Amino acid sequence: MLKAIILIGGPLKGTRFRPLSLDIPKPLFPVAGLPIIQHHIEACVRVPDLKEIILLGYYPSSDLMKFVQEMIQEYKIAIRYLQEYTALGTAGGMYHFRDQIRCGNPTAFFVINGDVCGDFPLLEMCEYYGEKDALVVVAGTEATRNQSVNYGCIISDKNTGEILHYVEKPSTFVSTLVNCGVYLCSLDIFQILAAVFKKKEEERVYDLASSNNDSTTIQLEQDVLRPLAGTGKAFVYQSKNWWSQLKPAGSTIYANRHFLQLYRKRHPERLRGVGIQEGNVKQIPKIIDDVFIHPTAFIHHTAVLGPNVSIGANAHIGPGVRIRESIILSGANISNHSLVMYSVVGRNSKIGAWSRVEGTPCDPNPNKPFAKMDNLPLFNSNGKLNPSITILGCSVSVPAEVILLNSIVLPYKELSRSFKNEIIL
Amino acid sequence: MCGKELNDKVRALILVGGYGTRLRPLTLSRPKPLVEFANKPMLIHQLEALVEVGVTEVVLAVSYRAEEMEKGLSEEAKKLGVNLIFSHEDEPLGTAGPLALARNVLSKNDHPFFVLNADIICEFPFKEMISFHKNHGREGTICVTRVEEPSKYGVVVYKDKEEDEERGCITEFIEKPQEFVSNKINAGMYIFNASILKRIKLQPTSIEKEVFPEMAKESQLYAFELKGFWMDVGQPRDFLTGMCLYLSALRQKKSDKLTDRDGALGNVLIDPTAKIGQDCKIGPNVIIGPDVVIEDGVCIRRSTVLRGSVIKSHSWLDSCIIGWRCVIGRWVRLENNTVLGEDVIVKDEIYINGGQVLPHKSIASSVPEPKIIM
Repeated sequence: MLKAIILIGGPLKGTRFRPLSLDIPKPLFPVAGLPIIQHHIEACVRVPDLKEIILLGYYPSSDLMKFVQEMIQEYKIAIRYLQEYTALGTAGGMYHFRDQIRCGNPTAFFVINGDVCGDFPLLEMCEYYGEKDALVVVAGTEATRNQSVNYGCIISDKNTGEILHYVEKPSTFVSTLVNCGVYLCSLDIFQILAAVFKKKEEERVYDLASSNNDSTTIQLEQDVLRPLAGTGKAFVYQSKNWWSQLKPAGSTIYANRHFLQLYRKRHPERLRGVGIQEGNVKQIPKIIDDVFIHPTAFIHHTAVLGPNVSIGANAHIGPGVRIRESIILSGANISNHSLVMYSVVGRNSKIGAWSRVEGTPCDPNPNKPFAKMDNLPLFNSNGKLNPSITILGCSVSVPAEVILLNSIVLPYKELSRSFKNEIIL
Repeated sequence: MCGKELNDKVRALILVGGYGTRLRPLTLSRPKPLVEFANKPMLIHQLEALVEVGVTEVVLAVSYRAEEMEKGLSEEAKKLGVNLIFSHEDEPLGTAGPLALARNVLSKNDHPFFVLNADIICEFPFKEMISFHKNHGREGTICVTRVEEPSKYGVVVYKDKEEDEERGCITEFIEKPQEFVSNKINAGMYIFNASILKRIKLQPTSIEKEVFPEMAKESQLYAFELKGFWMDVGQPRDFLTGMCLYLSALRQKKSDKLTDRDGALGNVLIDPTAKIGQDCKIGPNVIIGPDVVIEDGVCIRRSTVLRGSVIKSHSWLDSCIIGWRCVIGRWVRLENNTVLGEDVIVKDEIYINGGQVLPHKSIASSVPEPKIIM
């Protein structure tokens, strides 16, 4: 029997995801029509022997209650949310809830970071785990030389896959093999965590006067992987599947495209069922694959959608509207002849007729193998906004006939003119 | 009989001049006087107004592309019953030199003659100008117009008080004044007696700087105040401003040229051969040329679309000049004095902000900041 833990973080984290996370916890933000962590859950559900999924984080449980109920209903699997009383680090929460995880005596358990996405090779990791005498198997992926230093870098034995050296975000180049934030752990890992916890707790007592930290945090990367490197107990499973971090808000458009692409293989039904009944005739808007449309959304038959568009529940897409490479959230209303590209349109936002809402894609360089998204800062060195996707927070209203280019609009704003390269508070 | 007719002719000289660089990229395809303003070549507006007051012979002072102009204008001139004489400058002669070059034609009789800058659009009150000129009896009349910002023009100072004995008599010219002296500027339209030709040598000469001051000193110049709108439409921004003024003048005159089609808003001029789709919003201040096709769901404001262009569905245009036979894709946004030369193709979903696009280009990526696209 297996279990999975999805690390979802808490309200103070994921600030680069703002303003998308201002009105909804980041793990619940819908990409390709589903909350981000629902994609994680689906990946876990595909593992045959996996019996329980634990969401671990420090969001108030009321934020997740409804979601957890829906997930249990949908996937008929045990799902629980365990709330840390404060941020305990990527492994601190695991240690805190060790009895809950150990309960039922699983052979191993997955740990998946909530802010990464991809086509997780969970089954392959299981098989690989079976071949090794491992405390932990880490999913690894190839990155470019330049970008690798932004990740946890792994040196491994080419033949055995053993992790020989591990360093988190080094300042100089170490390895192009990087940590995907997806692990398969043996229950024995808790002995390591216990040792780390004890050591840190002792240090903390001596340090109490100078430290304002009132609880012990444990990082899976620095406190566990780094010391395990070279002990023969940690292995890397290298995957060529699509993988990306989900840190800046701009990464949602990139992730949306890849999740939609995965639907072709895993859930083709989600890319169908488009069209609306008008009398006896079913008039179908033009769709350029891949597009996800919630069954309750209204799409006028003269609209043209795609590629890579997700439309949420009860959204209303008017005549002659063009949408590409965008996420339209529930209840949004887009009027006649408007164009939306490389943008996220927040819940219940309104876009007037003949408006243009356009962002700049922040995709990885397609000409560089293994390139990841560049996590550019919001502003460049001249103090100007780096061109990125355009984001409308929830209940934003954009008037008719304006252009909104590379801009971020916080929730509940009523715009009255065009904006370019601006943050509108 | 024939000779007398010749002698009775009222004449005009139009300073057409050079390359029309300020109105590029449109003037890369055809000489400026042939560029349509309100669906009519700019020069035809002036020719028609001249013919109306009895002018039968017009000298066009050109230094560039005379043959093309002759070809483009001869038929129209024949229709109007006006004789065009092309006076070709081998070297640019300024604003006065062309008068000397056309001396033989202009001095065939003693009638005063008109001199016009080719870039001017207004209501051309030539009849009133003639009677004003006859009334004061001096050598020249300069049409003046009021502007908001006189500092970029040639300002005219004249006696304008009602009690002034010689009301209208010009005392001074100040080119681009730094301090406010007057808000009346030279509107680029004149009537002169043939005697002015004695003052001008056949060499590059500026009429404003070299001839007028001398005449003013001798109290030989009077200012005629223009009523109604006036615009020098020699560059895109002013072309569009002039278009708005022209259209509202049509509205004031209750002209039946303005359309009352469905989907048209405010003052809009649409050639009868143009096709307009469903669910469009055209106007205010739009001019649509012959054979233009506007597909469904297009919104156009404050723009001119020249002959044969196609604007596809869902596009949005504001303050643009669309050259001849352009094709604008779907969901395109063009704004901020964007000028497309002849036969430019703009692909679907493109945004152009203040772009000047040279002829025969195909635009496949957006132009978010004002730029010239070679």
